Amino acid sequence: MNLHAVKAIYFFEMSRALRTVMQSIISPVLSTSLYFVVFGAAIGSRMAQIDGVSYGAFIVPGLIMLQLLTQSISNAAFGIYFPRFTGTIYELLSAPISPLEIVIGYVGAAATKSIGVGLIILGTASLFVDLNIQHPFSMLAFLVLTAVTFSLLGFIIGIWADGFEKLQAIPLLVVTPLTFLGGTFYSINMLPPFWQKVTLFNPVVYLVSGFRWSFYGISDVNIVASLGMTFVFLLVCLGVIWRIFATGYRLKA
Amino acid sequence: MSDIISIRDLSKTYSGGFQALKHINLDIRRGEIFALLGPNGAGKTTLISIVCGIVNPTTGSVTIDGGDIIRDYRRVRAMIGLVPQELTTDAFETVWGAVSFSRGLFGKPPNPAYIEKILKALSLWEKKDNRIMTLSGGMKRRLLIAKALSHEPIILFLDEPTAGVDVELRQDMWQVVRDLRATGVTIILTTHYIEEAEEMADRVGVITGGELIVVEEKAELMRKLGKKQLILRLSEPLSAIPAALARHELELAGDGQSLTFTYDTHAGRTGITSLLEDMRSAGVGFADLDTTQSSLEDIFVDLVRSKR
Ligand SMILES: Nc1ncnc2c1ncn2[C@@H]1O[C@H](COP(=O)(O)OP(=O)(O)O)[C@@H](O)[C@H]1O
Ligand SMILES: [Mg+2]
Repeated sequence: MNLHAVKAIYFFEMSRALRTVMQSIISPVLSTSLYFVVFGAAIGSRMAQIDGVSYGAFIVPGLIMLQLLTQSISNAAFGIYFPRFTGTIYELLSAPISPLEIVIGYVGAAATKSIGVGLIILGTASLFVDLNIQHPFSMLAFLVLTAVTFSLLGFIIGIWADGFEKLQAIPLLVVTPLTFLGGTFYSINMLPPFWQKVTLFNPVVYLVSGFRWSFYGISDVNIVASLGMTFVFLLVCLGVIWRIFATGYRLKA
Repeated sequence: MSDIISIRDLSKTYSGGFQALKHINLDIRRGEIFALLGPNGAGKTTLISIVCGIVNPTTGSVTIDGGDIIRDYRRVRAMIGLVPQELTTDAFETVWGAVSFSRGLFGKPPNPAYIEKILKALSLWEKKDNRIMTLSGGMKRRLLIAKALSHEPIILFLDEPTAGVDVELRQDMWQVVRDLRATGVTIILTTHYIEEAEEMADRVGVITGGELIVVEEKAELMRKLGKKQLILRLSEPLSAIPAALARHELELAGDGQSLTFTYDTHAGRTGITSLLEDMRSAGVGFADLDTTQSSLEDIFVDLVRSKR
């Protein structure tokens, strides 16, 4: 194991985040806080409780998930896309490091950043709404697993993308809609039965549901199913990355 | 002297179907400065990129210090430093940060004293806290060299190191290269400037169209393939080469004032005597004469031409 290399990549990526603190930390926290103000305090007080949880509190796990997904993907995608774009990837390819070490460095840094953002948002949310976390370990497990999985997905996107447009397309066109339709703002039990079935094909439902269960003990789908699906996504992403390195796809001529 | 790099039957066909390298066989000796000389598009960068692990070979193998570049990639790559042809750098990172990053990437523990030494040798010390985007092109080139040296490699690849570089940097660079060679580092540089190969290299490999057409000691190459020219300044200008002189390899200058005769230095008979005799009987007199020896450049042009 080339630990010096993993550390070099990890800290290089972390220092990039600190340089762009405005964009990488303040802006996601600010935009999410606006939801708490609007839905938690202003509108939320007039909405009915869901499964005994106030509306403002109900949406917190989903909103954290939304940021966790988009931040993980964009951090990791940008992290690996940028050296490809500027050409500095040559150094990574010529270094005595294994694909696994490259992934640990980039994905580790991206996941760390998005977990940080998630925790800051959680702290901010507690200023606006009453939160209680029934299963803190499960909460952390979902936080970490989701961050790692979607940072892996972001890494894949960063290798696949051949322009900044594609880099932003997936988070914007796929992840945001899936998150909004994945029970962030409502319980899927509120949907007509047909749409409940359709929704089960949305992977984000499992993440949001499991994460919310960690807070309030209520869930749209079984917690075991949530955890299982999260692991499945993780394995799928790992498999794709393994293929990428085995074939040199988009990395080597 | 033992070989540090052995390239065997190496070919590369890019995904578009273009064959950039054709059955390259090449051994690089430990501690030498080897110049890979060839025109643009000859395949120099492709060859270096394969050795460094950036491009996958189509067929063939490369061993470095006894290790296969694919199977023993960790040990092999740790020995190599690469200065790429293009000025590819980060923008927001500082000089110090970038060089330290490279060292870590190649598996070496931090060593600020060593990094200070290379930054000073490359006149980058004053810029160590500057962001890379504020550096000039020449400074960026220095930075790329510093990055390549950051992990104390024993083999250094310089891909077109002096393309678009000013005189001062060129001199600094050659000083660094000579110092490295003195410590036993093997240096492979690519260039399409002949003077560069002539000035620096111990051996020269000429590559064109993906084929390595000659590998030779620099001095030997020049002796073997070198030609001399005899320039005869005529007493009376000529409008054309007289028929009586047609059997000699002659060229008439544009103004008709001089004749240039080209001959092989290593040929038994140079043909000078018979030329002069023919000139006398044809009544062509000359006022002065001069000889020139062909440079590596001429040799190179000849080689490339004969290959087409
Ligand atoms: N990634 C690539 N895909 C397809 N063709 C390439 C690629 N890289 C280089 N080539 C082609 O291979 C040939 C050799 O290129 P290169 O090794 O860069 O030459 P040199 O460094 O000697 O100028 C050129 O004709 C170039 O167009
Ligand atoms: Mg080149």
